[in-house]
Parts: sequence; structure tokens; C-alpha cells
Amino acid sequence: MRFERRDHPSRGLTLAAPLVAILAALLGAGVLIAIAGANPLEAYRLILKGALGSRLGFSEMLTRATPLILTGLAAAVAFRARLWNIGGEGQFYMGALAVAAFGMIPAIAALPAPLAILFCLIAGAVAGMVLLLLPLGLRLKFGVDEVVTTLLLNFVAVLFVSLMIEGPMKDPLAFGWPQSVPVPDSALLPKLLERTRLHAGLVIAVVMAVTVWWIQSRTVFGMRARAAGLNPRAASFAGVPLGRTLIMVACLSGGMAGLAGAIEVMGVKGYVSTDLSPNYGYSGIIIAMLANLSALGVIAAALFSAVMFVGADSMSRALGIPSYIADVTVALSLLTMLVAIFLTQYRIRK
Amino acid sequence: MTRVLELDGITKRFGAVTANEDVSLHLDRGEIVALLGENGAGKTTLMSILFGHYTADEGTVKVEGAELPPGKSRAAIKAGVGMVHQHFALAPNLTVLDNVMTGTESLWKLRSDRRAGRKRLVELSERFGLKVDPDARVSDLSVGECQRVEILKALYNDARILILDEPTAVLTAQEAEGLFATLKDMAAKGLSLIFISHKLGEVMSASDRVVVLRRGKVVAERRTAETSKEELAELMVGRAVKRPERPPATPGAVLLEAVDLSLGGRGGASLKSVNFRLHANETLGVIGVSGNGQTTLAGVVSGLHAPDAGALLVEGQEVTRFDVPHAIASGIGRIPEDRNAEGSIGDMATWENAVLERIWSPEFSKGGVVKRGAARAETQAIIDTYDVRGASIDGRIRLLSGGNMQKLILGRVLNAGPKILVAAQPSRGLDEGAIAGVHERLLEARGRGAGVLLISEDLDEVMALSDRICAIVNGRLSPAIPAEKANSQLLGLMMAGDWSAAEKIEGDNAL
Amino acid sequence: MSTLLDILSSIGMWEAVLRIATPLIFGTLGVLLCERVGVLNLGIEGIMTFGAMVGWLTVYSGGDLWTGMLAAAAAGALFGLLHALMTVPLGLSQHVTGLGITLFASSLSYYIFRLAVPTASSPPTVEPFRPIEIPGLSDIPFVGQVLFSQTPPTYLALALVVLLAWGLYRTPLGLALRMTGENPHAADAQGIDPILLRIGAIMGGSALMAMGGAFLTLAAFNSFFPTMVQGRGWICVALVVFASWKPARALLGALLFAFFDAFQLRLQTVVDGVPYQLFLMLPYLLSILALILMARRARVPQALMQPYRRGER
Repeated sequence: MRFERRDHPSRGLTLAAPLVAILAALLGAGVLIAIAGANPLEAYRLILKGALGSRLGFSEMLTRATPLILTGLAAAVAFRARLWNIGGEGQFYMGALAVAAFGMIPAIAALPAPLAILFCLIAGAVAGMVLLLLPLGLRLKFGVDEVVTTLLLNFVAVLFVSLMIEGPMKDPLAFGWPQSVPVPDSALLPKLLERTRLHAGLVIAVVMAVTVWWIQSRTVFGMRARAAGLNPRAASFAGVPLGRTLIMVACLSGGMAGLAGAIEVMGVKGYVSTDLSPNYGYSGIIIAMLANLSALGVIAAALFSAVMFVGADSMSRALGIPSYIADVTVALSLLTMLVAIFLTQYRIRK
Repeated sequence: MTRVLELDGITKRFGAVTANEDVSLHLDRGEIVALLGENGAGKTTLMSILFGHYTADEGTVKVEGAELPPGKSRAAIKAGVGMVHQHFALAPNLTVLDNVMTGTESLWKLRSDRRAGRKRLVELSERFGLKVDPDARVSDLSVGECQRVEILKALYNDARILILDEPTAVLTAQEAEGLFATLKDMAAKGLSLIFISHKLGEVMSASDRVVVLRRGKVVAERRTAETSKEELAELMVGRAVKRPERPPATPGAVLLEAVDLSLGGRGGASLKSVNFRLHANETLGVIGVSGNGQTTLAGVVSGLHAPDAGALLVEGQEVTRFDVPHAIASGIGRIPEDRNAEGSIGDMATWENAVLERIWSPEFSKGGVVKRGAARAETQAIIDTYDVRGASIDGRIRLLSGGNMQKLILGRVLNAGPKILVAAQPSRGLDEGAIAGVHERLLEARGRGAGVLLISEDLDEVMALSDRICAIVNGRLSPAIPAEKANSQLLGLMMAGDWSAAEKIEGDNAL
Repeated sequence: MSTLLDILSSIGMWEAVLRIATPLIFGTLGVLLCERVGVLNLGIEGIMTFGAMVGWLTVYSGGDLWTGMLAAAAAGALFGLLHALMTVPLGLSQHVTGLGITLFASSLSYYIFRLAVPTASSPPTVEPFRPIEIPGLSDIPFVGQVLFSQTPPTYLALALVVLLAWGLYRTPLGLALRMTGENPHAADAQGIDPILLRIGAIMGGSALMAMGGAFLTLAAFNSFFPTMVQGRGWICVALVVFASWKPARALLGALLFAFFDAFQLRLQTVVDGVPYQLFLMLPYLLSILALILMARRARVPQALMQPYRRGER
């Protein structure tokens, strides 16, 4: 058996790949649900109902999708340029922490809401950037592979958050719970729907996705970043400044992850704790791959993941299937997606 | 004569492409057969089938009368077939002995018998005059030594039939001569050899018999003694392709001047105090065996790296910023040495490949936003003007053939109207028709007043295109001699570092 | 100063070094084996988690401890096979596949764990490996007490270092493996199937990783809980670079690392005023430091992360 590269991967196949991948993942997870003694179809029905069947579920789903869009963008932007940013989780936390720290500055808290929000968003994005520029610097300067360093920095970042919220940023009114001082009201994002948690962060995330898409497909920087990722040697021959391009990519990528953390604090929680993220950073990698690294596709992939995560919670209560099934399904869909993309590019020959 | 190898009716298709069609050939004991053909004629595919790397769609391979099972290189090795690959199949981090011994013992032995292996290797290398140090790391060896290791690997496996794929591609003239002497000696000792080549000279001098392959088919078979270079050339190409002639031209003002250019280490071999002048309306040929600094020289002129010392002057102005946009803006057009690794990005669209190196210019972007319309129009113009077949504006460039890829690269460079053209190995790996096309374009550029810096390893090419020729040896550039005074013997001397004759000619010319 | 000396001269400290090093030795050897044939295996974090879970679950449901280790190894090999099939014959991105395996394997571990133990406020425990004192040797003061009163898996890990070093450098198979990681084309040209060797080595390496995970639940602790691997897998990936892909140096790296870890744990108890998080950050920061020191010096297997397809170069 051999694999032969297709000369012209068809558009239809490329678009079908994520659907096939998700179906395959659902099939695999279905087996696990059946093993646990429940009817997979019933489980999936309950997941859909939980996430889409009510105003509250739907708003929860969108709330959940908001940070996922941004961390998905963070991964997609970086991976396109072959910058292996696996540090979305850490950058998310740094973004969140930066908002809380900024909010402690009286001058910021005193600003009118739009300005306070803007400053806090920027602070979060910059914090995320910094945490990615560090490992990128190590790669450019010492040749250290950024995969492992970004991974390790995730742990450092969470410990740093823990250090801050148990130390200088500890909320004295939290009955000893390790959480940060709350973000001032002026920096809180407005709600989109009454009596839900859905907030304006969703709009920001979608706008960001469109912006990133535009940057990637229409600007000189976007073209150069892609060239640098596909063939660094040829890109450099064509005059693409590799180091500078990667730094800009890192700013965009780290910025998105930082923004995700900032928005989660400003829109949902209102303070920082070490359980702020249920693996948003890592999920972002899956979402980016499911979207085939397309910025607009990230929105769809994030919605899928959010449906799984939110729906699984209510399904789990009804059927007694551990809600981890959502994580399993989403992770499995990453693997099936890889194979599906492969099949769009290669055909199997005897 | 005993027949040791017989290929019968081999056909191999890759998708829609037929690489080999009904190919039959044989080899007798003690014989040296040359498999002659252009790039892309299917020589390497054929040998890969023989060696079990590919499975043929039809046909059989027999070694000493016994049929080889298809697709099993182990079986081929066992039957006594050894292959010396064009790109050496060696691990640079391992020692010579490691490389030779890999796969020669049962994998499940608990201890490798290195002493016996070393003994055998030393014996073989003495018997065939292939001197190497068994404990040297391959990364420390010269190209010629690496090739010896490759041959020793085959001999160590008891090869009685040796296949060499373009064995002289990376050797100096002297090394090549030595190699063929060794091969003849091996044939005299009872080995049978096939070597793949597209170089007529070595085919004529080293083989007993020639099999000519064209477009995957055997088109002719001749005893070497009964044929001629001219006949083989025509058989190989299929028609009489004439490379364009260089019309006379009067050199104009100095366009590019290097003054004591030096650069250590980066981008391959270093440059040591290189001086040259390139005039308008002139082609300066730089000939040399690969790895002598020509890549670095091309890189400096192309804006890829800055020299450590010395100066580069474009139209009398010293270059202060060595980067690609500045090089291009100052009128330098660049044809890269490696079309696929350096000259193109396979998974980007044709239009992106066409304009990427000039994307910074106001022609193709404004305020950091790509002018897609202009870029696409330019690409269409290049495709039309330069007859790039198989290319569409939005299609990926990966699928273009070598010749068409080179046309696109020439197009994107020449359409910008460069005053200076750096052409590094412009016809490497192309077939005769495409080579003629490339040469035509280069002569055209010279004809309209550009200065062409031609960097090549191909003697014929350099002699055909250049007005003046110099050799690059170990990072140093020899004096330039006028093309009329050049012949292959003199250039051979220059490439080997003997510049006395060249200095004399240059001295005479200065008078 | 004297407290420092007290820590450094305590038998407990040095015993702990070996104990902390054990999962890292397993994991590092696993990564090393995979990378020696040219494949990055970022599945390690998840495979260790899964190994920890399977080892624990086997013993919890009545198996003996070695059956637990073996079950973990088998499960690890299965994930290795998945990683291998995707990255070797298909040639998919080793980075992304590995991360996918990690995410999949860890979430699957939690899922299965929750199925086995639906509701429990504290995770159920098993009877873990006990230290075995090797008669005679463990009576040697200090050295003997440190080296020869460990749990059996620790001895196994140390034996594996020797075994792997011998295998890689002294046997024909080892040479074939190294050749596959340096230049699969060359291996193929000598009649060795690089695809098969890669698949085999990845499965073996992943089995080792899973055993490292099982050590956590069956010797270091006595129960399974989510996120217990805590980045140990990533640290192993860094340690292999530090070790320049050599088994003996991998052992050294793991011990050095474990030394700092054991040391900081003890230091935490005697140093006041320094937040404990800073101590906890140390292992990760040290790993990054190791990478910086070795990045340019290490002799990387030349074909690392390069998929092999016949006829493609």
C-alpha cells in the first residue's frame, strides 16, 4: 500500500474533512458511551439539547465558545507560520492576571467604562505576547525548540498566578479563597443577553477572527508569515525577514491568547483564580486544527467544542456518563481531523 | 560471457505519468554498461525498480537467472545487487564502519561483531584501492571519500552487480577520473557495473556498452566502440537541439564590482578576498566544483548575507545594506541555485511565488496591504510571456515541471528589468530543450544591456554563454580569461587551482 | 548553612532523589527511544497519565502490582502504535499528533477513572510497591541505604538504562535503529525497513513512558488523581535534549533534576518568607535552562521529525 499525493485536492473534500473527522470522533466516543452502559444516540441528543435547546444553554454555549475562538486563533496564527505555540494556556492566565493587576491601579478603575475596558484588553493581550516572546527569543537566540519551552511555561505561568493571588493580589474579602482582587466595575464587559452570562466578549472574539483572516489573506505580513512557515529557506531568499516575521506572529498569537484570558475575567468571572481555564489554551490547539488553521473556520470549530463541553455537562447529569466524554470527543476529533486532512491530500494506492 | 542481470519488459507508472515503458536490458559479467538519458528520462526509476525500492507494474528482474521478488531491497542485496545512490545514503553522525555494517548482521544478535566487520572492511578497501578510515565520522569526509564508503557498502554486502546513479555529479574532474579507473579495475576483477549518466564524455570513455533511455523507453543500444558522442547526443535528446549561439557584444560600463570581498563560514564555504568586475552587455562566467564558495558568492550579491570585509559596488555605489529588497531595488535579478528549496514555495499559489520577492514595492502593495489585482496581472503576464506551461494564477506551484518552474523564475526576475543578473546553476537538472530556452533568455538579457554573473558547474554552459570566465577555488576567484582563449583543459587547470596560465592570459590582455 | 548540610547529608534526601528520578528515567528513556529513530513523541504526557490510571485500575480491581505495570506498558504501547501509525506511514505532523495523543489519552484516563469511581471525595488507594532491601548491599552505610532500599520499579528503571545503552550501541538492531533516526534512506538502502523499526521503537518507547506513569500510582503515591503527571512528560522531552540522546546521560539528567526537586522540597520547609510557588517553578525553569545550555551542542538525530517516504527526499 502506498500513498500518493493528489495533484489537485478538491475543495469539496477539504470542506468535508472536518465534518467527517467530527463524525468519526463521535463514533469513537459513542463506543465509550455504550461501554458505560448508555445509548450513544440518546447521549448525543441530550448534549445537543443541553447546549442548544434552551435560551440558557445556548447562551452558556456561546459564553464558552468566546475564549475558545480566541485561543483557537492563537494556535492557528502561530501554526501557520510553523511557530509551535503550545503555551496558549499560560498566555491565557497571564492575560487574565494582567487585567486584574491593571484593575488595581486606581487611575484605571476611575476611567469611564469604554476606556477602562480598552486599557484592560490591551494589557491582557500584551501580557500574553510577552509570555510567547520569551520562548521565541530563546529559539531565535539559542535555537531552543519552542514546543517544550512553551509547554513548560504553562506550568510556570499558573504557579505565578497562584503566587500573585495568594500574595500581593489576594482578595482580602474572599474568606481565604485564593483569588484575586475583583476587577473594577468600569472594566467589566457589558452583557449581551439579560439574565445570562453571555457578554460582549463574543463580539470581540468574532471581530478578531475576521481581522486575523484579513491580515492573513490580504496583507504583506500575512503572506510573508505563511511563506516563512511553508519554506523558510525560500522565504528568506525572497527577502522575508524570518526573525521579524516570527516576532510579529508571536505578538499576534500570544496577544490572542492573552486577550482570551482578559475577556474571560472581564466578562464572566470578574476575578482571577487558578481554575479560571478548563484547558482553554490546549483546546485552542484542537480548534485550530479542526479549522484547518483558517481564522474563520476557528469560529465554527469553537462552536462545535463549546456545544460538546456545555452539552456534556447536562447530559452527564441525566445519564451518569462522566462529562469527560466531551474532552475525549474533542481530543479524538483532533486525531481524526489529522487523518481526514491527510486523505484530502493523498490517495491510497495498492 | 555469462549474463548476470536481465530486466525484461519493465513498465512503471506514477499516476498518469509513465516513468518506464517496456524497458528491457541486460548486463554480462565483467561488463560496464552506461545507462544514458536526460534528466527525467526514467533512469533512476528503472534502477530503483531493480533495487527493489519501487515495484514495477509489469515486467521482471532476473539476477543470474533467478527472478527477484518485486519491491524487496533486501532480496536484491542478497542476490548481489549493490546500489550507489546519487545523494549518498549515509548517516553523517555515524562512523564509516557503522554506515557499512548497518543491516549486515542478523538484527536479533545480542552483540554486533565489530572486529570481524572492521577486518572485512579494511580487506575490501585494500583490495579495491578504496582508502578510508573505518572510524572516521562520515561528516568529516570529503565528497570523494563518501562515495568510496558508498561503494564499500555495496562490496561489503558481496555485491557482484554494482549500480551507480550519476556517480560523478559531485566529483571534481580528477576524482571522477580516479573513480572510473577503480570501476574498470573492479570490472576486470569480475564485477559487473551499470552507471547512470547524462554526460557523454564519461560514457564514451568508461563504458563497454551504452543503453540510451528517452521518455522512459529504451531508444537505442550501442557498443561504445561503435558509436560517437554526436550520435549519442542525438539519440538521447531525440532531435538535434541547438543551443543558442552567443552573438558578439561590446561590454559597456562597470555595473557590478567586488573589491576584496571576504566572508567566513556562513552560507556554505567561505569567500576569500574576491575581486571581479562585471560590465553592461557582458556575461562573466564563474566555474567551479560545488562547495568552493560559489553559493556564498551568489548569496552576497543576492543580498542574503553581508560580507565580513571588502566592498560590493553597484554602478559605482557601495552597497551598505545587504538584504533582498535593497538588492532587488538596486537592479539585481536573482536566479537561485535550487529551484525547489530556494526559488519557490511549493504550497503557495503561482501568483504569490511570482511577486513575493517584490511584495514590498509600491507596485504590489500599499500600506502593508497586498495589491492582489496588480500581482495577479503581473503573474498572468509572466505566464504568457515566458510560456510557463501548466501554471495557473491560483494553482499551487508544486506541480510545475523543472523547466516550467525555471521559466516562471526567469520571468519574475526578468520582468522587473534588472541591470544585473545573478544566475546560479540556471540549467541544473533541466532537459536539453529547457536548457536551450534558459540560455536564450540569459543571452537576451545580456543583449539588452544587462550584466550577467553566471555561476555554474557545467563547463559547456559556461563556455557557451560567457564573454569572460574565471574559476572559483576554495573561496578564491581566479583571474578572468576571455572566452575565446578558454578550452576545457585550461578551465580544468583553473578549477584545480593552477592559475598560472590564466594570469598570463589576463596579463597579455591588459596590454 | 548547617541546615543545607543537614539536608544534603540526610539519607532520606538521597533516597527521595532516586524515587523522584524513577518516573523521569522511564519517561526519558521512552522519549529517547522514539527520537533515536527520528520521531518526536509529545504524546508522553498523556501516555504517562494513562499508564498511571491503568496501573492503578489494574491493581484496584485485584491485579497484582507487576500486572499493573505490565498492563500500563501494554496500554502505552497501544497509544504508541496510534502515534506511530499516524506519524510514520502517514507522515502527519509529529507535533500535532503527539499533542492530540496527549489530550486524548489524558481525557480518556479521566473518563475511565470516573467510570470506575463515579463518586468519591478522596481517590481510592491501593497497596503500593514496598522498598526492597537487597540483603548485604543495603547494609552498606549511606550508599547502600540510598541505593539498595528502593522499590523494585526503581531497580528496573536503572537496569533499563544499561539495557538500552547496550542495545543501542552494541547490537545490530541498535545500529539499525540509530541509522533509521539519522538517515532512513540509508537504512532502507541496506535492506532495513525504517517504517517497521520506527513503529516498533515508538511502541517500545511509549510502553516505557506508561510505566513511568504507573510508577506514580503504584510506588510514588498510592492512588490516581487527574493532573497528577504535572508536566513530568514535558520535562522528559527536555531532559532528552539535555542528555544529547544518550541513555547514560539521560540517567544523569534525571538524577540531577530529581536532586534539585528533592532539595527544593526540603528547602521549602526550612526557608521562610519565600513563596512556595517559586520552589515549585524551579523544575520547569531548570528544564528550560537545560534546553538553553544544550540546544546548540547536542547532536540531534539528523532525521528527527522528518517523515520518511520512499522516493521522496
